[in-house]
Amino acid sequence: MTLFLQLDFAALSAAVLACLACGLLGNLLLLTRQSLLGDAISHSVLPGLVMGFIVTGTRATLPMVLGAMAAAVIAALLISLIRRLARLEAGAAMGVVFSGMFALGIVLIEVSGARAVDLDVDCVLYGQLEALIWPAATGFSSLWDPAALADMPQETRTLAGVLALTLAGLALLWKELRLAAFDPDFAASIGFAPRGLSLVVLVLVSVACVAAFWAVGSILVIAALVAPAAIARLLTDSYRGQFLISAAAAVAMGAGGYGAAIAVPALLGLDHGLNAAGMMAVVAGFLLVLAWAFGPYGRSRRVAMA
Amino acid sequence: MSPTPSALELRNLSVAYREAPVLQGVSWRAPQSGLTAIVGPNGAGKSTLLKAALELVPRLSGEVRFFGQELRQARRRIGYLPQRASVDWDFPATVLQVASMGRYPRVGWFLPLPRAERERARAALAEVGMADFAGRQIGQLSGGQQQRVFLARALALEADLYLMDEPFAGVDAATERAIIDVLHRLGRDGRAVIAVHHDLATAPQYFEHVCLLNREVVAAGPMEAVFTPENLSRTYGGRLSMLDEAALRPSSPLRQPLRAVP
Repeated sequence: MTLFLQLDFAALSAAVLACLACGLLGNLLLLTRQSLLGDAISHSVLPGLVMGFIVTGTRATLPMVLGAMAAAVIAALLISLIRRLARLEAGAAMGVVFSGMFALGIVLIEVSGARAVDLDVDCVLYGQLEALIWPAATGFSSLWDPAALADMPQETRTLAGVLALTLAGLALLWKELRLAAFDPDFAASIGFAPRGLSLVVLVLVSVACVAAFWAVGSILVIAALVAPAAIARLLTDSYRGQFLISAAAAVAMGAGGYGAAIAVPALLGLDHGLNAAGMMAVVAGFLLVLAWAFGPYGRSRRVAMA
Repeated sequence: MSPTPSALELRNLSVAYREAPVLQGVSWRAPQSGLTAIVGPNGAGKSTLLKAALELVPRLSGEVRFFGQELRQARRRIGYLPQRASVDWDFPATVLQVASMGRYPRVGWFLPLPRAERERARAALAEVGMADFAGRQIGQLSGGQQQRVFLARALALEADLYLMDEPFAGVDAATERAIIDVLHRLGRDGRAVIAVHHDLATAPQYFEHVCLLNREVVAAGPMEAVFTPENLSRTYGGRLSMLDEAALRPSSPLRQPLRAVP
């Protein structure tokens, strides 16, 4: 048990926390048909990460996270600016911004020599979940021992903070976000500025993306943003249900994917481990297929309507 | 400055999408109360006029006053009914949740909806005959029922001026009747309703005032004085159909004067 806490608990928590924060916010993107925004943001943070590294010259987490968040917010603002000024469709604006900023990040890596100092591509794509360990854990009592908790990897603690921020934002703006997502014109007409609210969503998504990105990589970020919300959409027609089911799906995806990454190689007798972030995306895809096949709003509804 | 300020006054309002002008120098004083139709051909800028007044689309120039005030001061007195097709009806929300949005200005930011406010929204649903559907998902409603839910949401605002964008578009006969009853009640209560309306045959029956619009105001005023074949052909530029012209003949059964609803 102590071994589990030391070797797996921090990583498992990071996975579940990242999936929960992203999965809950993903609902707001899905319901406003902006799911691609997560992909845009997770690519756009790259130049910010590199700038954080260049400015400080170290791989310290804080400056890079700050740089990434600045880049994410800039990307989100650029996207909404391009949409309004050029009157481009959202997908087109995102495509322009995120490919441009990702390319800028690659160029910055090349010209700054950051590549030599292990800002490596694998870490960006898959994250470093396996590196999250908690050597200070001595048993279950460590879970409520402040000294031991302070020794948790910073990624896990950051993700816990981000999830708390996400939950606070959703609780505080519950009715406002629903209003702006459903009918932005009406929201504006009664003085609930939808532009300000969508900016709040963008900032929350950016923060969650960056924190999750750090722990679990860019592939999982987009899967965690889209998959839980999509699964819930197939299972419920209620707004509260959408968030509750997406939360359950996010936990299943995070814990199931992490567990599968350990269990599957053992079952198949493989001599190398499987990537946890990749397995989470696989689990999410599997859940999505189940929801489509058996959920009340998936395949069966279409059959019933035909 | 008149003693009773107009519910909606536009001064030299101009709006353009990209380069194309949609509204050019529109000046219009809507009556202080009663039912007013905005009538004009497709692309005349009818919906844009409402949206520009509410600052939902940017305007190039011009001023807008509601009851003699800026939008910001008068917002609580204004109720907007967007086009039904402007939202995604697959959105996971119930009929009551949508109607309750009309109470949000009373609740304010951050707070959950109190039970009393929810009951006000329920009463608004009852007014349009949708009380039995309160728990229903909005995607399961017919077009006419969806329009009634939008109307209930607007009623829940308890506004003095309603700006309605095609309230009769694509609704069944029963819904049309229900909506007109509600509009007449609002008129009797001294509220002002300004509605974009595209059916020339019913316009004189339903509305007391009219604003004929085609990128600029062609004519505006009381229905009998303004809703003439000459003015209409100026508005539509000779694009009136035979059917519409028939409806406008003085002898037409469609041109009965507005009857008070018992």
